[in-house]
Amino acid sequence: MPGQTATVARYVLVEARRSALPWLASACLAAALGLAGFLSQVAITESSALQASVCAALLRACAVFLVAAHVSASVVREANEKGLELALALPMPRPAWYLGKLLGFACAGALIAALFALPLAAWAKPASLAAWWLALAAELAVVAAAALFFASALGQTVAAITAVLGLYVLARSISTIQVIAGGPLTGDGAAAAAARWFVDALALLLPRLDAVARGDWLLYGAPAAGELAQSLTGLAVYAVLLAAAGLFDFSRRNL
Amino acid sequence: MKSSGEPRALAAVPRRLLLLLAIALAAQIGWRAAGRVSAPAASDLPPAPSGAALRLASLGETAAFARVAMLWLQTFDSRSDNAIPYQQLDYGRLIGWLRAVLEVDPRSGYPLFAAARVYAENPDPRKARQMFEFIESEFLRDPNGRWAALAHVALLAKHRLHDLPLARRYASEIQRLTTDPTIPSWASQMEIFILEDMNELEAAKVMLGGLLATGRIRDPEELRFLRGRLEEIERRLAASRTTKR
Repeated sequence: MPGQTATVARYVLVEARRSALPWLASACLAAALGLAGFLSQVAITESSALQASVCAALLRACAVFLVAAHVSASVVREANEKGLELALALPMPRPAWYLGKLLGFACAGALIAALFALPLAAWAKPASLAAWWLALAAELAVVAAAALFFASALGQTVAAITAVLGLYVLARSISTIQVIAGGPLTGDGAAAAAARWFVDALALLLPRLDAVARGDWLLYGAPAAGELAQSLTGLAVYAVLLAAAGLFDFSRRNL
Repeated sequence: MKSSGEPRALAAVPRRLLLLLAIALAAQIGWRAAGRVSAPAASDLPPAPSGAALRLASLGETAAFARVAMLWLQTFDSRSDNAIPYQQLDYGRLIGWLRAVLEVDPRSGYPLFAAARVYAENPDPRKARQMFEFIESEFLRDPNGRWAALAHVALLAKHRLHDLPLARRYASEIQRLTTDPTIPSWASQMEIFILEDMNELEAAKVMLGGLLATGRIRDPEELRFLRGRLEEIERRLAASRTTKR
């Protein structure tokens, strides 16, 4: 099975290279650098910090959108063109196909993260940049896993992209929502307590995406190795959860 | 025979469609050119949200968000046809925004730099004092990181408001509360510096020189901005000397 998984992953990378993904990634890079350069011209101080942080934030958002859209479109198109049925007619177990896809998309995400990290070397220290790249690659692997799960389960490109981006935004804001919900101004009534309980319960089902690949790592230094490892472990656990959920759904489906 | 992937010849498109495309493009350009966007007026500045709300909007990218928010804040009441920019701003709201942005990224020097170098230089003494108080309160939270803003405000209190007791109070706070050994000597003896018989230009030159020598100013835009301010003070003092003669 590992050989079959690797073969599927290789073909996913070939497909990504032949698609518009490299061009779109290059366009995003040029646009982010251009916008950050323009903003730094109107700053009266911290122009380099502004350029680095805005560029990193824009590139991170672009990378997430590109991976979510590419994975969703690729999976839905393959299903519509009956490529999936053809692949499963071969002597290959379903998990091998699914995990191969996931591995391929995660590798494509890591390559995009590397491309986006390159220009940031002009402003950031190598150690901080390495941590940022590693965290972004891990974040994109989670996004790829989510997109593969939703595209495979929903079977529609727009619905899958919307679901992935909704999950992503929620995962990046849930910590602040928890802080706001737990604040002294929310009151002590039953409704406020229920809202707090709901938010806390929701947070248990989401990864801490606000704690990784942050632009401020490039300005003030990356977190300590232990903290970084903890964040990356959290993402790895979530990627495994999404992969398991996807495999469960995919194994049950009648094709 | 052409393959289905290639586009058809231009002649295949009806002329009326080409005309419609050209008219629509011209209308779009004309529409946008007629309604050019100018900098927002002072009255457009909305009340500041809480730091938590701004943090939520930043989606965790606090460093980028805080700096972009400062660029946005800078645009209010900054039209080039304003005789004195930032004169009409509601300083209560402005301080609320500066405080919220600092809460989003406390390590950013942008809010206090803008507060001291732009907003505190307002010719209206009431507004200037409001900004001085804000800078002082933020200095007290992190004296070693924020002394430069209060040092500039001490100079403004002495030379612009001619309020020597206030300038001495700020100077003594800097002297008493900063513990960083790398701060320039004039700042660690700020009270003496304030009492010295220097005019505003000389004092500003000493400050800038000290900040450059200790490597605190490395940003090219900040250096350009501060040099521009020095030239402005030089012009103002020269003009006042001419008027006295």
